[in-house]
Amino acid sequence: MTVRHIIGASVPRKEGWDKVTGAARYVDDMALPGMLHGATVRSTIARGKIKQIHFGPGVDWNEYVVVSAKDIPGKNCIALILDDQPCLASEFVNHPEEPILLLAHPDRPKLRKAVEAVSIEYDSLPALHTIEESERQSTIIWGRDNTFKNFLVEKGDVDAIWKKAAHIVEGEYFTGAQEQLYIENNGVIAAFDPKNGVTVWGSLQCPYYVHKALITLFALPEEKVRVVQMETGGAFGGKEEYPSMIAGHAALLAMKSGRPVKIVYDRMEDMAATTKRHPSRTRHRTAVSKDGRILGGEIEFTIDGGAYATLSSVVLSRGTIHAGGAYYWPNVRIRTKAVATNAPPHGAFRGFGAPQSLFAMERHMDRIAQVVGISPVEVRRRNFLKSGQTTTTEQTIKENIDLDRLLKRALELSDYAAKKKRFAEKNKAGTNRKGIGIAAFLHGAGFTGSGERYLNSLVGAEAGADGIVRVLVSSAEFGQGTNTVLCQIAAEALGLPYENVSIAQPDTSVVPNSGPTVASRTAMIVGKLVQSAARGIKETLTKTGLLHEDYSPEQFRAACKEYIATHGALKSYARYEAPPDVFWDDEKYRGEAYAAFAWAVYVAEVTVDLTTYSVTVDDFVALQEVGRVLHPVLAEGQITGGVAQAIGFALYENVVWQDGRMMNNQMTNYIMPASMDLPPIRVFFEENGNVHGAHGAKGIGELPMDGPAPAILNAVEDATGVRFCSIPLLPEDLFEALRPEFNEQAVPSSVRGIA
Amino acid sequence: MRADPADYRLVSPGNLLGALSLLASEPAQWLPIAGGTDVMVLYSAGKLTNRNLIDIWNIPELRQIEVFPDRISIGAACTYTVLRQHEIVSREFSLLATAASWTGGIANQNRGTLGGNIANASPAADSLPALLVYDAVLTLISVRGERRVPYRTFHTGYKQTILAADELILNISLPRRFSKYFSHARKVGARNAQAISKVCLAALGQVANGAIRDVRLALGSVAPVPLRLNETEKMLTGKEIEPSLIDAARKSVLKEIRPIDDIRSTARYRSAVACNLVTEFLAKLAAEGAAA
Amino acid sequence: MNPSSAESAKRGISFIVNGEAKKVLAHPMERLLDVLRNNLGLTGAKEGCGEGECGSCAVLLDDMLVNSCLIPIAQANGASVVTIEGMSAHSLMKPLQESFLECGGAQCGICTPGMILAAAHLLDKKLDPTLADIREGLAGNLCRCTGYMQIFEAVAKAARRRVTQ
Ligand SMILES: Cc1cc2nc3c(=O)[nH]c(=O)nc-3n(C[C@H](O)[C@H](O)[C@H](O)COP(=O)(O)OP(=O)(O)OC[C@H]3O[C@@H](n4cnc5c(N)ncnc54)[C@H](O)[C@@H]3O)c2cc1C
Ligand code: FES
Ligand code: FES
Repeated sequence: MTVRHIIGASVPRKEGWDKVTGAARYVDDMALPGMLHGATVRSTIARGKIKQIHFGPGVDWNEYVVVSAKDIPGKNCIALILDDQPCLASEFVNHPEEPILLLAHPDRPKLRKAVEAVSIEYDSLPALHTIEESERQSTIIWGRDNTFKNFLVEKGDVDAIWKKAAHIVEGEYFTGAQEQLYIENNGVIAAFDPKNGVTVWGSLQCPYYVHKALITLFALPEEKVRVVQMETGGAFGGKEEYPSMIAGHAALLAMKSGRPVKIVYDRMEDMAATTKRHPSRTRHRTAVSKDGRILGGEIEFTIDGGAYATLSSVVLSRGTIHAGGAYYWPNVRIRTKAVATNAPPHGAFRGFGAPQSLFAMERHMDRIAQVVGISPVEVRRRNFLKSGQTTTTEQTIKENIDLDRLLKRALELSDYAAKKKRFAEKNKAGTNRKGIGIAAFLHGAGFTGSGERYLNSLVGAEAGADGIVRVLVSSAEFGQGTNTVLCQIAAEALGLPYENVSIAQPDTSVVPNSGPTVASRTAMIVGKLVQSAARGIKETLTKTGLLHEDYSPEQFRAACKEYIATHGALKSYARYEAPPDVFWDDEKYRGEAYAAFAWAVYVAEVTVDLTTYSVTVDDFVALQEVGRVLHPVLAEGQITGGVAQAIGFALYENVVWQDGRMMNNQMTNYIMPASMDLPPIRVFFEENGNVHGAHGAKGIGELPMDGPAPAILNAVEDATGVRFCSIPLLPEDLFEALRPEFNEQAVPSSVRGIA
Repeated sequence: MRADPADYRLVSPGNLLGALSLLASEPAQWLPIAGGTDVMVLYSAGKLTNRNLIDIWNIPELRQIEVFPDRISIGAACTYTVLRQHEIVSREFSLLATAASWTGGIANQNRGTLGGNIANASPAADSLPALLVYDAVLTLISVRGERRVPYRTFHTGYKQTILAADELILNISLPRRFSKYFSHARKVGARNAQAISKVCLAALGQVANGAIRDVRLALGSVAPVPLRLNETEKMLTGKEIEPSLIDAARKSVLKEIRPIDDIRSTARYRSAVACNLVTEFLAKLAAEGAAA
Repeated sequence: MNPSSAESAKRGISFIVNGEAKKVLAHPMERLLDVLRNNLGLTGAKEGCGEGECGSCAVLLDDMLVNSCLIPIAQANGASVVTIEGMSAHSLMKPLQESFLECGGAQCGICTPGMILAAAHLLDKKLDPTLADIREGLAGNLCRCTGYMQIFEAVAKAARRRVTQ
């Protein structure tokens, strides 16, 4: 045998060379003959009835293809969960930037004037813009009560514990919207012909989501819709549901014009019109014993879903299940809801509800520590979940996890105790305040509850006569390393060198539906299936006697060649089978929520500058137990990238809203951390293994989004003594909290933009 | 959505006289473009209303730096990169070199010009406070001739200047008499690089015999124009730096500035930080004076 | 010259792209980025923002790192442009590309061409850059995937490779 240890080795990224040479092809790098460019006419108001549409003068409208809702052959919706979001608004608009008309022209720069020349008259209706306004129900904008979804989780008897409590600790926590800010904007090319139907090439995460949406929109049979994923320049959830919308638009224009149509958003349109992380509010009321043990409590978690249901119920679900954090709750009641407002729908973003509810949990733990009078370390230690205990949904922790040990190691790695002491001393003077904070948390890998069962994923592998095995999955590469990791798993299963395995471009006419590329499920769930499918190939060859154990790649090639010569193709498929011991009750929201959890303790060290009220993260330790690390470099990259995004979430990234519209929809005004803003992000792994995942892998992609924000705010409180409960925490917020008495006298009332 | 290039014209005369004649030929029709880092941003966003542009990037007279015994003259189209690399600028005019290093990333510094920063006249521009404290003098040129104007008279209101429609900024001249001053610059933006200032400070000072002999303070982003703090300077001159003086300086700063709320920050924050930056400078100046 | 006429004429632009003389017919205000991508088929430079913020459209213009979304094509007339596609001849390219691959400097890859050009520009000027130099040299290049750490590592490694080569 020539090959060992492909798993756990940092092999070169499959598509890496194309990326470092500029040869990788993203959708905007592609053009088709006769292609038109499309643009979208969007609503300018938050809510209202469309009265009239005028096509203004100064534009030769004969040059343009125009599509409205009337041109939709099937159902006017983006099929996802509830099918409530129209592809094009026809009568009512429910948020700013809602698509109403589509235009196409051969010359892209000619679109702007045309879009501006369309004017739409509305009868405007009252609109709602915050969770609180939505709850008040002064007007009903969705369903019967402005609520997309509710969940209730109950364990034990919460009502009985309040009188036993030594302390009752309350807190309210908020998180803001966050833009995914992938560097490649959303874009697709669509082609249509009556015989073959619709083909779409795009920047996307979930080819089969788009497939399903187009089938519904065009009322076409499955085989007449083809979706191809191009190289995708970042996604982070932002290309989970939205590509169905833009693909539908391009395809409608393609059908009407009879020509291929490209729609690539520019940055301002992408930021204003596409999804963002759900803003949230969490309320905790916790009964705590004298020595700081959680006796029970109530958690209320509410997210702002925007104008349509889209994925809010699923985001809410994950936020709900993670709301109790990595702690043991003997009694708990978790009430959660997703409410409607008149903003563009909020959607998937790395972490999917968990960063929101875990922010609250981990800030609240520090609060409990203060009230009880113990340290943030001790309060966590006393409440950590242990093997054999149950989570809030009464899932028994079967894996052998020792959070105490994880915490201890994180404290050592960050030199926590010594720093804490040193900072307390130093903070007595000077214009800087230093602080250190921790967060301990978990992240469930794979779809929630029964999700994986419904997905019923299918994965394939195909060997060629050249002895190269191609992995067939719809799981998309968008930076995380899907291609590489799945090829590693297949190569290991086949005992072949990594180079002898390739992966097919996700194309619904070629690859089976291995489910969406979300929820940190790819390495664990899809990886396991790839392993089975690859083994299937090997078994076919050994069973037919063409291959014997301990074969060389050459022998494997010869066997493939012979098999294919006599039998035709050599393919093998594997379908998801739910582990027998996984039980989930969708009604009661109880049971095994996830097949596995990843666990982590993060430590953030900050400086608060009292001259500028800005917070700098000086050092960051990210320690996690993620099962087996399949590819150390990729795994580390997932963590550093996630931590960086989460630092943005905590300290930089502020969506400025006005009447449901994002006002700072430019990179110059929406601030993500750049190269000068981040601390060294020091990444450490513990590898505990996981029976459910391929080679013991668990999910890793979303975890790092959960912990940094609370760790940082805990550190800011350590530095300043001020309790901040809302993110993003901007210098302006720190200033107002630290210097409430500041009196600036002459501030003119006129407000004008400085540019 | 992108602008349509067919709606715009851009001519490159390649020499100063050509550019000036064009500017003069049709009053107020032509807009100069140097590095384009302001103009092209507007253009890309579809917000550039001027349809006719004159390329002044490659005009040699605008690109030179001349060093005289008593002053340095910087061509208006010198880039931030050139400023940062210039020996005299970095040694004697560190506030300007520092401001240049703040201005976007390297790609931006390779294109953005000092003249562009001045003419664009953003109150948030980073190099303008430095020019104020260095007593810069601008040479403006048109087919009608040249005039030299003190930079402090250049801005007349928000994005308004004394530059005539047919004029270009030819050069910026700085007297070489500040090399002995203690200098301090600080920018406060939403992140450490590639950010528009919420407040920025350029300051020079000299302490003799325990008292402030001369002090020069200018702030960006706290008024419709880059602001020299004349009253505060007057109040400080001749005094010894002590807590009560710093308190008085803070009060005076608040009287002079006129910050606003906008998409990037608040007036209150800007006011407080402006005071803090001046405080920080005075503390450093005092330490410097004590050490000297 | 009559500035009030509605449409500008296209004009011939001659420049050197990746070492080859090119002539294109374009409106003078067309962006260098669009001319490279649409007229010359050089799609290595990407549009991330169109406003100079992200650096994914970076190219070298007369050996200077610039954002091609902010360069009107007329300003490139007579100049020499190098894109990521033309960098293969550059002595720094191999070390940079290999280090980016080994260290995980490219995830989704959309920022990578600009990042590598910015890194090459930095290493051209600094033989042995410090971490602070690297951070500053890449400050105009946004990466949403990596959190930059592995990119810093890749650039430092490429610098060491060059020194030992
Ligand atoms: C990503 C990015 C980051 C930036 N960061 C900063 C920053 O941190 N701080 C900061 O201050 N600025 C910043 N800027 C703004 C910009 O770079 C500066 O204002 C720059 O100095 C403008 O110079 P330019 O040559 O590019 O100007 P251009 O865009 O060419 O011109 C700007 C204006 O000046 C006029 N003009 C130019 N030269 C002359 C002249 N010689 N005579 C008369 N008029 C003239 C033009 O007609 C135009 O109105 C940033 C810009 C970008 C794109
Ligand atoms: S596209 Fe040019 S800098 Fe972003
Ligand atoms: S690798 Fe994706 S943006 Fe940098």
